[in-house]
Amino acid sequence: MEAERKSLALDLRIDTSPMPRLLRALTVITALAFAGTLALGLRVAGTDIQQGEIQRIFYIHMPSFFGAFTAFGLTVIGGVIYLARKNEAWDRIALAGVEVGLAFSLINLLTGSIWARPIWNTWWTWDPRLTSAAIMCLTYAAYLMLRAGIDDPGKRRAFMSVYGILAFVTVLITLFIIRIVPETIHPVIVGASPQNAQGGFEATSGVVIALLPSLLLWLTLLPITLIWHRVRLEARIEALNRLKLQALSE
Amino acid sequence: MSDERALIEAENLSKAYGGMPVLRGLCFQVRRGEFVALLGANGSGKSTLLRLLSGLSKPTAGAVRVGGWEMPGEAMAVRAQIGLVAHQPLLYENLTARENLHFFGKLYGIEREERERRTVDLLHSVGLRRRADSLVRTFSRGMKQRLSIARASLHQPDVLLLDEPYSGLDQASIERLDEMLAAGLGAGRTIIMSTHQLERVPRSAGRALVLSRGRISFDDAIGNRDMSEIYRSASA
Amino acid sequence: MKTPFINCAAAIISKDLRAEFRARELVSVMALFALLSILVFSFALELDRQAREEAVSGVLWVTLIFASLLGFNRSMAQERDQGNLDALLLAPVSRAAIFVGKLLGNFIFTLIVGLAMLPLMTALYGLALLDGWIILTTALGTFGFATIGTLLATMTVQTRAREALLPIALLPIALPFLLTAVRATKSLLSGAPAAEWQGSLGMLAAITVIYLVLSLLLYEYVLEE
Repeated sequence: MEAERKSLALDLRIDTSPMPRLLRALTVITALAFAGTLALGLRVAGTDIQQGEIQRIFYIHMPSFFGAFTAFGLTVIGGVIYLARKNEAWDRIALAGVEVGLAFSLINLLTGSIWARPIWNTWWTWDPRLTSAAIMCLTYAAYLMLRAGIDDPGKRRAFMSVYGILAFVTVLITLFIIRIVPETIHPVIVGASPQNAQGGFEATSGVVIALLPSLLLWLTLLPITLIWHRVRLEARIEALNRLKLQALSE
Repeated sequence: MSDERALIEAENLSKAYGGMPVLRGLCFQVRRGEFVALLGANGSGKSTLLRLLSGLSKPTAGAVRVGGWEMPGEAMAVRAQIGLVAHQPLLYENLTARENLHFFGKLYGIEREERERRTVDLLHSVGLRRRADSLVRTFSRGMKQRLSIARASLHQPDVLLLDEPYSGLDQASIERLDEMLAAGLGAGRTIIMSTHQLERVPRSAGRALVLSRGRISFDDAIGNRDMSEIYRSASA
Repeated sequence: MKTPFINCAAAIISKDLRAEFRARELVSVMALFALLSILVFSFALELDRQAREEAVSGVLWVTLIFASLLGFNRSMAQERDQGNLDALLLAPVSRAAIFVGKLLGNFIFTLIVGLAMLPLMTALYGLALLDGWIILTTALGTFGFATIGTLLATMTVQTRAREALLPIALLPIALPFLLTAVRATKSLLSGAPAAEWQGSLGMLAAITVIYLVLSLLLYEYVLEE
C-alpha cells in the first residue's frame, strides 16, 4: 500500500514541521523593517509645503505598486518553471504571487484614491494610468475566478501558469502607460513628469530618505515573506484535500 | 523480462486524478496481432487506460511503450501508429462523411490520391457508401460509430483501440463491426477493445484483461472458458 | 512521421471555412449581434452628429470584441462537442499548427464581421470609416483579438463553466488591444496628424506580436492533460 502511494506520487502526510528558521528570521526582519519605514515616512521625512501631511501616503502608495510587480513577477517565474518541470511547488508560488500581488495593488489603488480626494478633489478619475491599474487588478481577479472554475488539478495548474504569464503584460502596460498615452494627470516623482500632471512634488533629500527604504522593503522582503507563508499554507490545503479524496475512495 | 515481440508494454502504469487513484501500477504486454478484450465494471479505469495508451493523457507514474517508442517523450511517433475509437465519435457534424475522412487524412499526412482511394474503400467497408456525401449531423448513433471506426483506421495504424464500441449499435451494426475487427486482425492489426458487456466479447478475441478498482485482476487467454466464469474468478 | 506544419494548419482552416459555409453558425450570429449592438448603442447613447466622432470608434471596437467572443466560443465548442479536440490531438501534428489553423479561421470570421461594420457605420453616422488605414487597424485589431481569443477559448472550453468564463478571461487581457485600436481609429476619424495615429497603430502592432509569440509558445500547454 505504501509503495503504491509512492508510485502514484501521493504524499498523504501533512507537513507539520515548524517554520524554517530562515522564514522565521525573515518574518521578524520584515515586521521590524515595516515599522521602521513607517517611522521614517511619518516622523523623519518633512511635511510637504504644498500638500501637507497627505503627501506621506506616497511612501506606501508607490512602493505597494512595486511590491505587486515583484509578486506578479514571481507568478510569471513560477508559471514558466511549472510548465517546464511540472513540479506543483512552482504552481503554489504562482498562486501565492497572484494573491499577494492583488492585495498590494488594491493597497496601491486605495492609497492613491485617499490621496486624490484632497489633491485632485475626487476619489477616482478615468485617467489612463488609473484605468490601466484597475485593469491590472481585474486581470488578476479574473485569474482567481478562472482558477476556481477548473476542476482537474493538472489542467488547472497548466492553464493558470499560462494565464499568469499572459496577465503580466497588463502590469508592464501600467508601468509604461505614460509612454503610450501621454495625457495622464498622474504625476511622476522620479524622472520627468507628464505635461498635464497634477499634484507632483519635489524629490527632496527628506523624501528620498523615507522612500528608498520603503521601496526596497516592498520590492523584496515584504512580498517574499508573505508569499512563502502562503505557499506553506497552500501545501497544507492540498495535502488535506488529498486526504479527503483518499478517505472517500476507500 | 521484456518480450521481443511485445508491441505495447505498460510498466507500473499509474494514473491519479487530483490525488484520486484510477489506475494502480499496471504491468502488462501485448504482442503484435493480439486481440485483447478489456473488461471491468464502470469506473474501473478502462477508458483511462485507453487514453493513456493512445497518448491523450500522461501517466502519473510508470511508462508506456508502443512499438519501442516511449511515451510521452516520443508521443509523436506513437500517435501515427494508433487509431482510437472513443466514447464520442470525434467527427465534425457540419461536414459530410467523405469530408471528415479527407480532413483526418490530411492531418495524418496521407497523399491526395491515396487518401481518396482509402476514403472510398473505407466508406464501402463500413457500409456508408451511399451516405458518403450526407452531413454527419444527419447520421444515427450507429452510423456515426461506423464512420468513427473508418476514421480510426484511415492511417492504417498498427494498433486499434476501441472504447465501448458496441454502445448504441443495433444487431446488424454489431455483426458488421465484428467482421471488421476480424478482418483487421487478419491484416495483422493489434486490437484492444473495452466493454462492460460480457456477452459482447467477440469470438476473435484471444485474451481477456479484467480491471477492477484500478488493478489487473485477471489476465489470460480466453480459450474455451466462459466469459462469466472469467469474470467470477477475477472478482473473487 | 510528423505531418508538415503548413499542411495541418491549412487543413484546419479549410475544414472550418467549409463547415461555416455550410452551417453559417459563426458569421451570421456574430454579424446579427454586431448589427443589434450598433443599434442599441445608437439609442442608448443618443449619438448625435457631435457626439458621434468621439463615440463611434468606441462603439465599433466594443461591438467587435463582444461579437468575437461569441465567435471564439462557438468555434471552440465545435471542437469540443463531439470530442474533436481529442481527434486533433491524436494526429501526429504539432500543437502550434493546430493553434495557427484555429487562429486564422477565427481571424477570417471576425474580420468579415469587422469589414461589414465599416460601410454600415459609415452610412449610419456619416463618418468616413472606409479609409485604408482604418481598414488596416480593423485587420490588426481583430487579429489581436483572435490570437488571445483562440488561446483562451481553448482553455475555457475545457472547464466546467465553459462559455461563461471566456469573457472574464479575455476582456482584461484584450484591453490593451482595445485601448490602442480605439485611439488609432479615433485619431484617424478626427483627421489628427499622422504621428498621433501612427503611434497607436505601432503600439497595436507591437502588442499583437507580443501576444502572438506568447500564444505560440504556450498553446501546447493548454492542450495537455
